[in-house]
Amino acid sequence: MSNITGYFRKSKNTLEKGGITPKSTFDEKVRCPACKSYETKRAIAKNKAVCPHCGHHFRIGARTRIKALFDKDSFQELFLNIETVDPLEFPGYQDKMDRGSATCGEEEGVICGTATIRRQPCAIFVMEPGFMMGSMGSVVGEKIARLFEYAAEQELPVVGFTASGGARMQEGILSLMQMAKTSGAVDYHSKRGGLYITVLTDPTTGGVTASFAMLGDIILSEPNATIGFAGRRVIEQTTKKKLPDDFQKAEFLLEHGFVDAIVPRTELRGTLEKILRQHNRKGCLE
Amino acid sequence: MISAYQRLQTARAQNRPTARSYIEKLFTERTELHGDRKYADDAAIIGGIGMLGEIPATFIGIERGRNLEERIKCNFGCPMPEGYRKALRLMKQAEKFHRPIICFVDTSGAFCGEEAEERGQGQAIADNLMQMMALETPVITIVIGEGGSGGALGLSVANKLYMLENAVFSVISPEGCASILWEDAKLAPDAAECLHITAEDMVEFGVAEEIIQEDFKHFGTMCEGMKEKLILDLKGYSKKDGKTLSTERYQRFRKLGRWAE
Repeated sequence: MSNITGYFRKSKNTLEKGGITPKSTFDEKVRCPACKSYETKRAIAKNKAVCPHCGHHFRIGARTRIKALFDKDSFQELFLNIETVDPLEFPGYQDKMDRGSATCGEEEGVICGTATIRRQPCAIFVMEPGFMMGSMGSVVGEKIARLFEYAAEQELPVVGFTASGGARMQEGILSLMQMAKTSGAVDYHSKRGGLYITVLTDPTTGGVTASFAMLGDIILSEPNATIGFAGRRVIEQTTKKKLPDDFQKAEFLLEHGFVDAIVPRTELRGTLEKILRQHNRKGCLE
Repeated sequence: MISAYQRLQTARAQNRPTARSYIEKLFTERTELHGDRKYADDAAIIGGIGMLGEIPATFIGIERGRNLEERIKCNFGCPMPEGYRKALRLMKQAEKFHRPIICFVDTSGAFCGEEAEERGQGQAIADNLMQMMALETPVITIVIGEGGSGGALGLSVANKLYMLENAVFSVISPEGCASILWEDAKLAPDAAECLHITAEDMVEFGVAEEIIQEDFKHFGTMCEGMKEKLILDLKGYSKKDGKTLSTERYQRFRKLGRWAE
């Protein structure tokens, strides 16, 4: 078996060298970490990076998610000019950022803009787990705050996809303050009657859970996503107790009343379109 | 010059006055109020109504406990979700009756455990952040010891933030930071330096407005000084309407952070 796995891994190197994905790559098979079955990359990609056999949701980057869920070519990116600085001159921060950009091709942990889902317009933010685990520093906080203010002015609903390890410690207290800033921005949008839908994806933890992730009018989650405030390992170490397998999973949160619904990625477009349409008062009484 | 880590140790010292000591000195005619009306009463967050000089005010504080028995009862100052919900209930009540709110922050962080997660620690803090931002009454927070991460922020969405001289405020404990980044909690002193957690740092970043000098030998006098400052602040706020106070609070946080564009 190890020979076979090794064979599939080869493609990674070709990708790194070539830069362009060769057509044949899509016919290569990958193993689902949940059900252990093999499936071609093409079949998985077609199914929005969900295993066609067991429904396991692969983690996906922000751009891939936008492509998979929003109308073709509808995405217009906003706030591209806001760039990260190293305010504390924190050791190794610049390296970590460089590595993050190299891994996922993004410059920061969130992408903001406007897009449509089956012609329903919305302002969107999508967090990028590949960039320093989607952690929230000044730029992530600022972009999200601006998006809510922009959406309030344009009278647009906000659809946000969270994926984050929490506040970014390399920016110290400034990162922590982004929690208050973003929560205030959600309130700014909400007070003006704006709809905010959060979609929690794997993983949503720490300072992001304790701020804008949990403040949606409607909170959806992808199946089996890890969602929590304190990390599982930290709790196990502190309490010296083994936690159940489903601890901090989306299903656990649903059971305890903290999410409205668990929606598989393959059904998200339909669900979001329906909710957005039901909140779009323009034209319904004419 | 004492190091950031020494500051942290000073802030954590067991003989340091806790929230209850400040509340007892600053407020007269107190009525302590209990419970979040949803689940329980969390002893880690104390709150109620009292007189700050001539002004009726709501006080809320994170209490670490003054002896072992108290410390166990209040989880060593680590609030549960119901603590944050109780704080929010008291703040909403204060808003209704146009009372100013004075918060005292002193925690290593929100309670870390299975039950806290089950009852929505993240949701409780998030709700406080958003609702505090909208409060149409003045909010002043004083960090009297350790300002530990989201658990401290849950009571810190204020119009004005004071830091005591040796109080600290941090996104993560220096021990936690050191063990994540360098896999060695013993490097906490270095992490404390890198994280910029001191009162002076907070003023520099715009997170805090003012530093209060500590004089625990003359605690009564020190509290008298604090009381005068608070009354002066509240007199300033009394000229502003609720909406202005809420907007100013949002603007205060809105500009925090550093980036290039």
